[in-house]
Amino acid sequence: MNDILLTVKGLKKSYGATEVLKDISFQLQRGETLSLIGPSGSGKSTCLRCVNFLEKPSGGEIVLEGERIGTVRTGNGRERIMSDRELAPQRSEIGMVFQGFYLWPHLNVRDNVALASIKAGGMPRAEAYELAEQMLDKVHLRHKAGEYPERLSGGQQQRVAIARALAQKPKLILFDEPTSALDPELVGEVLGVIRELAEEGRSMILVTHEIRFARDVADRVIFMDGGVIVEEGPAADVINRPCKERTRAFLGQVGEAAGLAA
Amino acid sequence: MPAALPVILLTLLEGAVTAAQVALGAALIAFVLGLALALVDVFSRFALLRTAIGAYVEWMRNVPALAHLFVLYFGLASIGLRFSPKGAAIVGLGLVGAAVLCDVFGAGMRALHVGQREAALACGLSPLQALRFIVLPQMLRLTLPAIGNYASQLIKDTSIASAIAAPEIMFYARNLVTSTFQTPLIYASAVLLYASIVFPVSWAFNRMERRLGVGR
Repeated sequence: MNDILLTVKGLKKSYGATEVLKDISFQLQRGETLSLIGPSGSGKSTCLRCVNFLEKPSGGEIVLEGERIGTVRTGNGRERIMSDRELAPQRSEIGMVFQGFYLWPHLNVRDNVALASIKAGGMPRAEAYELAEQMLDKVHLRHKAGEYPERLSGGQQQRVAIARALAQKPKLILFDEPTSALDPELVGEVLGVIRELAEEGRSMILVTHEIRFARDVADRVIFMDGGVIVEEGPAADVINRPCKERTRAFLGQVGEAAGLAA
Repeated sequence: MPAALPVILLTLLEGAVTAAQVALGAALIAFVLGLALALVDVFSRFALLRTAIGAYVEWMRNVPALAHLFVLYFGLASIGLRFSPKGAAIVGLGLVGAAVLCDVFGAGMRALHVGQREAALACGLSPLQALRFIVLPQMLRLTLPAIGNYASQLIKDTSIASAIAAPEIMFYARNLVTSTFQTPLIYASAVLLYASIVFPVSWAFNRMERRLGVGR
């Protein structure tokens, strides 16, 4: 099957003289879960944030279902980066889950999930609430709809954030280290939800330090280091039988920490 | 013949009406202009604008409000721009307040984690919607104690408008004193009148803070 959902081509990002991403290219099939792994500072989060233009790339292109994300051709044939206002409709097709959850503390759980449907999607409130409840059901938190985020555990907050992304009915969901801010005993519940989404055949890109999880859940893995893709392939191959020395060294380090060899 | 207490109180109350008008007018200018300046200061890409706003804030805050009122009322009159005393007080205190609230609102917005706004944008909200539904409600909640302080300070500061003959509480109090010489009674009444206005305002803000769980 060859049903390309997302194409990232020649993606570059620099902060001043520091080049964080150097010519990153990859594709995502529809229904595929792709995991980006690599050491801190390798550029994987930046890469993810470039997909919905929370970071503005310095070069390259992002194409979602044939549509260029984040840039428009001006009258004189040159490309320019869209404003945040112009980006809004494109971003609503791409869900994002952040390391720090970023639920809105002044809104209850139901409103956190329904807000974008109502305000950005123009959905009637009753319908948006119904959708929110369904999405909360998916993350097993329907009973918390009336609570405020501060009353929830970190794991529950992150599951609400996942429900909020799902409520956008996105074509693609980006996960930016979704479990890195969680206490170890809360990681499992969030990974469980992500696993269910992967099994539903959602298209997802997952930046994670949970190597074992990436191996078990992702279809494909990309290992990044120093702003370049070092190795990519089927998850089990890259993680169990890496070809590149740098990949082996990284997996060796995290493997020791996580007991990956088991 | 000594003025009776009811006469004193009625006269001062007339001043209180002016004081309230000055305070409300100034608060409106301060809030709208202060918020606009803070938004530009926080979100604008133009460094020159941010520098100009910083200079405005410093200038307004480091010169006494009384001096600003004198400039507006006497200074501008000499070049043909004439304000009524009340008008000068409203504009003067409003411009000073805008500097104060610009600082307060700016600090409130910077205190919000950038992720709050990013999450809103990532959901497909426009920048204006992110501001309206995510940033401003949280900013106002965070800065409510400072806004309350400003409000009670502003009410007290209306008293300096008496120096440009705006007919507010202290203006009438002084007039009454020079005509009746009942100094202790008149000033004590003025003090109690101020307190009876400021205390309820502070109380209302405290109540709002508690209801919104500020600092929780």
